[in-house]
Amino acid sequence: MKRYGKTQALAGLDLVVRPARVVALLGPNGAGKTTFVRAVATLLRPDAGTLHVDGIDVLRKPARVRQVIGLAGQFAAVEEAMTGRENLEMVGRLFGLSRKAAKAAAVRVLAQMQLTADADRLVRTYSGGMRRRIDLGISLVGTPRLLLLDEPSAGLDPGSRIQLWDAIRRLVSTGTDILLTTQYLDEADRLASDIVIIDHGTVIAAGTPAELKTLAGDDMIEVHVRDADDLPAVSGVLAKLGHDPRVDVPTRRAYVAVDDGGSRLMDALRALDSHGITVEDVSMRRPTLDEVFLSLTGKPAETADSPEQPADA
Amino acid sequence: MTDIPFTAPSPTLPRAAVNTGAGLWVSSLTVAGRMLRKFARTPQLIAFTAIQSALFLLMFRFAFGGAIRTGGSLSYVNFLVPGFIATTVLWSGMGAATGVAEDVDHGFVDRLRSLPIPRAAVLIGRSLADTALLVWGLVIAVVFGFAVGFRLHGSVSGDLAAFGLCVVFGFAFEWIFIVIGLVSGNAQAAQQMGLVITPLVFLSSAYVPVASMPDGVRQFSQFQPVTSMVDAVRRLTTGRQGAALLPHSTGHYVGLSLVWAAAIFVVFGSLAVLRFARR
Repeated sequence: MKRYGKTQALAGLDLVVRPARVVALLGPNGAGKTTFVRAVATLLRPDAGTLHVDGIDVLRKPARVRQVIGLAGQFAAVEEAMTGRENLEMVGRLFGLSRKAAKAAAVRVLAQMQLTADADRLVRTYSGGMRRRIDLGISLVGTPRLLLLDEPSAGLDPGSRIQLWDAIRRLVSTGTDILLTTQYLDEADRLASDIVIIDHGTVIAAGTPAELKTLAGDDMIEVHVRDADDLPAVSGVLAKLGHDPRVDVPTRRAYVAVDDGGSRLMDALRALDSHGITVEDVSMRRPTLDEVFLSLTGKPAETADSPEQPADA
Repeated sequence: MTDIPFTAPSPTLPRAAVNTGAGLWVSSLTVAGRMLRKFARTPQLIAFTAIQSALFLLMFRFAFGGAIRTGGSLSYVNFLVPGFIATTVLWSGMGAATGVAEDVDHGFVDRLRSLPIPRAAVLIGRSLADTALLVWGLVIAVVFGFAVGFRLHGSVSGDLAAFGLCVVFGFAFEWIFIVIGLVSGNAQAAQQMGLVITPLVFLSSAYVPVASMPDGVRQFSQFQPVTSMVDAVRRLTTGRQGAALLPHSTGHYVGLSLVWAAAIFVVFGSLAVLRFARR
């Protein structure tokens, strides 16, 4: 059992997590995700509260905690003037492996991260995605019981993100527990078996991805009208399909969370047609992090850069 | 405390072995090995250090040198080169400050701190590697010194002792730069802060005789560590002509510079460890 108490910056983070394969800590910038990970990684010391990793008291025995964790941070903390293999072997040695064992571990991790072909190139020639994967790999050389991933895919292009996700999923199948932080609902959704949503250092919701999504509705139906004057009527239509529709006048959009997206979408189209409302576009999509936040807290998330903001289409 | 119920029960996980972590010696050497590889594979670093050093020497030897009187029979080139070599260790230390700051800024230090190694190893490894680089810088400086006309006039053991003294002094000063790197936050700030050594280099006996300086400046120059270091190296390598400029015994200058080195190491080594251990 991993028990997470509260820290000063995380005044309201009371949380007990059972060993699940992947726990995602989801929240906007400044929610306290990184602070929490740094506390678990023994990089900063909580001023109050208790914190246990794998039964070990983080405050009293940080050295023992470091024996069971691996950390991959927001930056790819690798030595650019060394090859991927050398980076892995170096950290293997630091984890306490013999030269031979470190070499073997490097070969294993390179294969795991699908970097074998690029193993002997200097990291400074790697792409951003490859750097993240070697960074992730470095934290695995020592076979940690708990792997801490702080925003592993921040700043990556979509293709690299998917490759990184694949790498993380393969890890899960080898039996490593993962605590990852992310601002992206879809990332948490794809990787995590449990999601904890935090804001301002406080847990606002926790559960499986499926449980959380029902909190915000399974799907969002969004209607983009030609004439803003039609919005009240559209809102009326949507109110019959789901709970608490919202209207955004400047972009001439109205949207609502619904449970059974497919059939509700048909209902929406029929109702809009019968009201004679001219629409630019009607779409069905997954709820965004903003919308989950909105439904959980009643106020918008403070993320300015969530990629799940509805695009202009 | 709110217990958060999770529906997914945990399967029986294969437990990974505990990573015992490397000891102080292995981890320090591993950290040092990374630094040396980085240096060897960044030719610009090596070339830049050498070029900067050569320019400096040439400027003083040929542009300013003619106007500087040593105050004795010692030729300016024989006066200058021991000072030049001794202060080389300070310039190469600046690289340590920016290097440490970069490692902190880019998360590399965090990675090392999250590993099951003695945290002191991160600093010890760094200082070992930088001291090795310093020896390299000293060798270049000595070669340049001979190239511009410097000749040794001390005993062989004295000359070797002077070289060793430079290494010891460089190791001690390294800790000042490690502290600067740790507190500065980023490489640019570290470089700016590293410039605090400039007055220590120029307001010393390295390039001009202290006696030629005005009151106030002269007293500062006389009693600061770099002067004691330069004087010791000069006394050891310039024989009788140097001795005429430096009235005390060789042991006096060497002893004084060793005391300075020890004091700097103790003060800044402790500061570095304290700063580093903070979390």
